Amino acid sequence: MSKENILQISDFNVDFWVDGAWYPAVIDMNLGLAAGKVTAIVGESGSGKSTTAMGLMSLLASNARMNGSVKVKGEEMLAAKPSVLQRYRGREVAYIFQEPMTALNPLFTIGYQIVETLRAHFDMGPKEAHTRALELISLVDLPDPENSINKYPHQLSGGQRQRAMIAQALACDPALLVADEPTTALDVTVQAEILDLMRGLKDKLNSAILLITHDMGVVADMADEILVMKDGITVEKGTADQIFNKPQHPYTQQLLVAVPKLGSSKKRDIPYKESAKPAPVLKITDVTIEYPKRGRQPAFTAVKNFNLEIYPGEIVGLVGESGSGKTTVGRAAIGLLPVKSGSIQIVGNEIAGATQKELFKIRRHTGIVFQDPASSLNPRLPIGESIGEPIFLAGIAKNFPLEQMIEDLLDQVELPRSYRNRYPHELSGGQRQRVGIARALALTPDLLIADEPTSALDVLVQARFLELLTGLQEKLKFACLFISHDLAVVDILAHRIAVMQDGLLVEEGDRDAILLHPKNDYTRRLISAVPVPDPAEQRIRREARLALKK
Amino acid sequence: MKIFGKKEPLTGEILAGGESAIANKETEGLSQGQIVRRRFFRHRAAVIALVMISSIVVFVFTALDTKIGPIRIPGWWRWSVEDIPELRYEDCPGGTVGCPTLSIRPGAEFGLGTHPFGQDDIGRDYFALVMNGARRSLMIMFVIGAVSGFIGVVVGSISGFYGGAVDAVLMRLVDFLQTVPTIIIAAVIGKAAGKVGPLYLALFLGLLGWTGLARLVRAQFLSLREMEFVDAARVAGASNIRIAFKHILPNAVGQIIVIITLIMAGAILTETALSYLGFGVVAPDVSLGLLISQFESAFTTRPWLFWWPGFFIISIALCVNFIGDGLRDAFDPRQRRRITKKDRLQAKVQTKAGV
Repeated sequence: MSKENILQISDFNVDFWVDGAWYPAVIDMNLGLAAGKVTAIVGESGSGKSTTAMGLMSLLASNARMNGSVKVKGEEMLAAKPSVLQRYRGREVAYIFQEPMTALNPLFTIGYQIVETLRAHFDMGPKEAHTRALELISLVDLPDPENSINKYPHQLSGGQRQRAMIAQALACDPALLVADEPTTALDVTVQAEILDLMRGLKDKLNSAILLITHDMGVVADMADEILVMKDGITVEKGTADQIFNKPQHPYTQQLLVAVPKLGSSKKRDIPYKESAKPAPVLKITDVTIEYPKRGRQPAFTAVKNFNLEIYPGEIVGLVGESGSGKTTVGRAAIGLLPVKSGSIQIVGNEIAGATQKELFKIRRHTGIVFQDPASSLNPRLPIGESIGEPIFLAGIAKNFPLEQMIEDLLDQVELPRSYRNRYPHELSGGQRQRVGIARALALTPDLLIADEPTSALDVLVQARFLELLTGLQEKLKFACLFISHDLAVVDILAHRIAVMQDGLLVEEGDRDAILLHPKNDYTRRLISAVPVPDPAEQRIRREARLALKK
Repeated sequence: MKIFGKKEPLTGEILAGGESAIANKETEGLSQGQIVRRRFFRHRAAVIALVMISSIVVFVFTALDTKIGPIRIPGWWRWSVEDIPELRYEDCPGGTVGCPTLSIRPGAEFGLGTHPFGQDDIGRDYFALVMNGARRSLMIMFVIGAVSGFIGVVVGSISGFYGGAVDAVLMRLVDFLQTVPTIIIAAVIGKAAGKVGPLYLALFLGLLGWTGLARLVRAQFLSLREMEFVDAARVAGASNIRIAFKHILPNAVGQIIVIITLIMAGAILTETALSYLGFGVVAPDVSLGLLISQFESAFTTRPWLFWWPGFFIISIALCVNFIGDGLRDAFDPRQRRRITKKDRLQAKVQTKAGV
């Protein structure tokens, strides 16, 4: 069997040298991958899946130590000379990375970068390489290949960039394609397209794909075989059917349970009667938000004539693709962005056109959790101070009473009190996001705005985080605007859902009304693009979606 | 990815070991200032440097008489810069004059003698001269560091934080100042400062030296003010001043301190250069730079004339650098550079195990 395998990994170990000791990152990994097949490595961040991918072609930093055997087309890679490795990289083994913006060189056109790969490996003239590059660009369905070939990475959208990177990876018809979280940075609809593309190419070129991802939905969509990793150890290995339907290892089971599934959570009753609505906490009426023109960039209208009301005690999910203006709405609702026209009221106070002083008062009623826990906490401030700052600045308490309030808040978000003197970098992503919540809740706000708070978290951490947030919301009864691109997450939390596209509100209503009986085409497309962690069902959905597209 | 995962328990270990002092004080909430102070005092080299530079300052400033207006505080050293005792001939190697009487060789008896650092051409006590020079140099260094540091940080912060028209005006001022040839202007002022004293020279050099720092601080502010934690602080109700100085500035402190220490080290060199050219500190006043330049022709015959000024220049500059290091590390919670995915991509390819 191993004869025909394109990739054969046996007893593969990777250790990292940190502070004078070797820390194992990958332990005794075994894997065989045949042509035309897809093997997925699944696990949380830190499980060693990316390390494996990089280790295959010795792309790890110099503080890594590898042993075991990695054979590509029967040739040993670990002990290979740099010149041999160089020949194999790109030629036989090509990589697709998570973030195409950083993986493509911003100084060169995508055409140049594809040509470069081609000419590095083949004896090819510039004209010939250009023709081949054009072919590749059409192969990955980039619009208008003649033009696209001369574009720089920043002139393309995220999905197009990922296509360009795939074109580059496919330049030499590699036998093995290593895709390291290829769709994590993309919207669901774009993700679906990229996955379709990869599936089509695999069949056309008969390449083997090593897919690395934390998204069980993507795995269900693509993989023939699955390897589940935890802390560097392969905890389970099997066909897609085995893993999804008969998971043996408790960790795999846990992982599958944690994946939010569309339409599976119980109905959440709206906390007020439709006939007797209380006064809204947040009332956005006919709001237009514009980013002013900057130099040669013309003014950009991010949100047009937007209307939304949020009542006490309910969670409203705001969904849309990136660039749809959902974050803009969230930031405007808390006065971080000026409003061009229309009105935003929080508990009856007008935000549009308010002075700094008025805003200061209004903000006591609000809290916000930002998307990126790494950048939303001041890296030079111990987290206790970050949490206590709103209280201190509002003049509610200081010194000893403040200390106590900080401790209470830490208890609330289930963090140990001892963490208050730690710096943000000493915490994990999930813990940092808890700190974010604690800070947002410090002033016991009437309205909490959560801007994609889980998009940077792993599934298991996300599940715990969502549990915590629902628990807190049920206890404290604040209203919440939950902004997310992930319909499955919104499904778990929200009472009502609003869908945005290109700055417009396209549909709004009850959670079930939106998810089960969407009226708008865009909403329907969004829902059908969400991958479901079940291979059989995902196949049906995929066919349905392709039919919808036609 | 794996590295991050491995980092977490590691941080725990580091906490349990080196930072147990902080980790154990769980009940006590510490402010940023307290934590920074503790971290600084754990940085051994920085603390040693701090102790050393303090002792040097005390040693140097008490050695000679100090005049503050009409009051005269006597120093503990027997000679002053004005005294011209007899030149010593005895025991000097190779027929030279004024050799040091300090004896610290092992085996021999320790003794200061009359002129432990030796004497200059006309017999003035070299110890007194070096003390006086170190005094001048230290003063010039600190004044330049403080003046440039203060102006640079304030101008850079304002420029970067507010941007727009304010930024444009301030940066054109910086452009203008950078076109001014410092050494020539300083030479002109230095000529006049010979009469008004080195303090004015230092103030003046400080007024010219802040431009690089201002640019750096501005750049830091421009990128830091876009971070989400600034928005978070604003939502929490922080004022502009608080955001600029409590939230953004500490994040830029590392670079600021490095630049200020460089400015201070550079200040000693500028002063030396000016004195060498005859414009900075002028005789009969002395500075360390002036001492070295005065005796450049005597290097082969009377090397001790270089040892002592050189020793003080090096010790002072080293101490300043170590203190700068310590401060930077104390402000930076991530003392160790993280290895990111991008780093790994860029890193050298290694096929064999080992480091």
